[in-house]
Amino acid sequence: MRKVLMKGNEAIGAAAIEAGCKYFFGYPITPQSELPEYMARELPKIGGVFLQAESEIAAINMVYGAAGSGVRVMTSSSSPGMALKQEGISYMAGAELPCVIVNIMRGGPGLGGIQPSQTDYFQATRGGGNGDYRLVVLAPADVQELVDLIIEGFDIADQYRNPVMILGDGMIGQMMEPVEFKEPKKRDLPEKDWATTGTEGKRKPNIINSLYLAPEELEKHNIKLQAKYREIKEKEVKVQSYNIEDGDVVIAAYGTTSRIVKTAISQLEREGYKVGLIRPITLWPYPYEEFQKINDECKGILTVEMNNGQMIDDVKIAVEGKYPVYFYGRTGGMVPTPDEIVKKVKEIHGGEI
Amino acid sequence: MTVVFEKTKGLTDVQTHYCPGCTHGIVHRLVGEALEELGVLDKAIGVAPVGCAVLAYNYFNCDMHEAAHGRAPAVATGIKRVRPENFVFTYQGDGDLASIGTAEIVHVAHRGEKISTIFINNAIYGMTGGQMAPTTLIGQKATTAPLGRDEAHSGKPIKMSELLATIDGAKFVERVTVTTPGHVRKAKKAIKECFKLQIEGKGFGIVEVLSTCPTNWGLTPEESLRWLEENMIPYYPLGSFKRPKEDD
Repeated sequence: MRKVLMKGNEAIGAAAIEAGCKYFFGYPITPQSELPEYMARELPKIGGVFLQAESEIAAINMVYGAAGSGVRVMTSSSSPGMALKQEGISYMAGAELPCVIVNIMRGGPGLGGIQPSQTDYFQATRGGGNGDYRLVVLAPADVQELVDLIIEGFDIADQYRNPVMILGDGMIGQMMEPVEFKEPKKRDLPEKDWATTGTEGKRKPNIINSLYLAPEELEKHNIKLQAKYREIKEKEVKVQSYNIEDGDVVIAAYGTTSRIVKTAISQLEREGYKVGLIRPITLWPYPYEEFQKINDECKGILTVEMNNGQMIDDVKIAVEGKYPVYFYGRTGGMVPTPDEIVKKVKEIHGGEI
Repeated sequence: MTVVFEKTKGLTDVQTHYCPGCTHGIVHRLVGEALEELGVLDKAIGVAPVGCAVLAYNYFNCDMHEAAHGRAPAVATGIKRVRPENFVFTYQGDGDLASIGTAEIVHVAHRGEKISTIFINNAIYGMTGGQMAPTTLIGQKATTAPLGRDEAHSGKPIKMSELLATIDGAKFVERVTVTTPGHVRKAKKAIKECFKLQIEGKGFGIVEVLSTCPTNWGLTPEESLRWLEENMIPYYPLGSFKRPKEDD
């Protein structure tokens, strides 16, 4: 298929439509507003619905209603708005409703700023809402991967009856790159026989619900959810790695930050350094096992993030104390430069830190 | 033998958890009867609130969603927008609709969503144990207003029907009660008319039902009916606030 040049935020919309999503409920917030704008233009053309809700809280609850009625549905926001959606996300996880949620992150805390950041890693991977639940969290590094993950994300959501989050940042939302729309790998998707469509007098009522007042029932529900999460951990981990068998230093980075890291690695290689990279594509489930493949002589792991150190917790869990773990990050919308990363790697390599 | 009355197919055959003397049971029956008599039970999708009616999804004999506190109108919007051919209703209490969910109910009316809302106003938080509601009357005691509601501190009780009637997209707004057989008949008529509005695709409709809470009011069921009539009706007048116009 021919490649088209698209802005990240608009490519998300095009990919969602490609995946059969005809319904979008959202609320404007920078730097993701091109996505609802795109959906407002395009969805009516295909008999779908775009609705601008009165708030992010209402938007995610509209998604809850639509997903419970059995359709593919999406919402998007950016960090402060995503904080508001957490109530609905927890309810959807509890009621096991599939949907795709896009967070184009900006700096925080509070109103923060509008420049790119990765400050919602904890919120996305630890559960920003209440209760023991997990989202499948996908972190694309370029616009093509963003498109691929949106399309596959709808399948993952339907296969496991679970919300899927796309965790991008302002950079990927705003950059333009050539993309093509490809068929995802074929999955065996279950019928949505649980959805509320009206009984038509042919079956017992379907109920979309996350309330279990009897503690033994709620525990049973949680055990079922945990079994599902274990299956996702076994089957859905995605990671890209480079030179981890040989690198004297291995860098862990995800999303757009990983591209800056790659530039730094090229520069270091030209100077004769051996540096590896682990780029998690799924932030949950996290590719812990990939870190076991790092060579024994590695001097340390450097985690690079656009925040003050959030994924570093997962890196430490992954290496189980085998290697020292270092951090480099910029925050507030400041983007790390390749030179800054090169300097940090040289410090680790030279035993300066 | 002629059958003169039987339980509606609109309700499931289970015992409800409502307290003795609470009027939720009557209103549930009226909603179930209206769904059945209008022929929409098989395509109805209801949304239950958080509050005393949180388990309503077990009682209405149709597809149901249980929503987060106050969000039922947003959930109903999502359902109706993807399934416009279905009949969609919310059933909400006063904490749910008039406090935490005011934005959602105002905007569902504002957009003229083609859904129907049953609003139970009993002037108190029932499920959580008798705390002050936005609808609690001046001087009425509640666990979070132990000396009675004070206007200077908490404002006057909010009149949701009057408020919603000012919004163009709300086409049917009526306040009823169920304290006597006569009132029950009028309430059923209002609920059916409100539901018909959705069936005809005319816009948003709401029926507010003044209801009792003997448990948290600290009164017997009979005293509660009297207290409602003597105290609530004078502040929350019964009647129609809005009907669709000819050109709606």
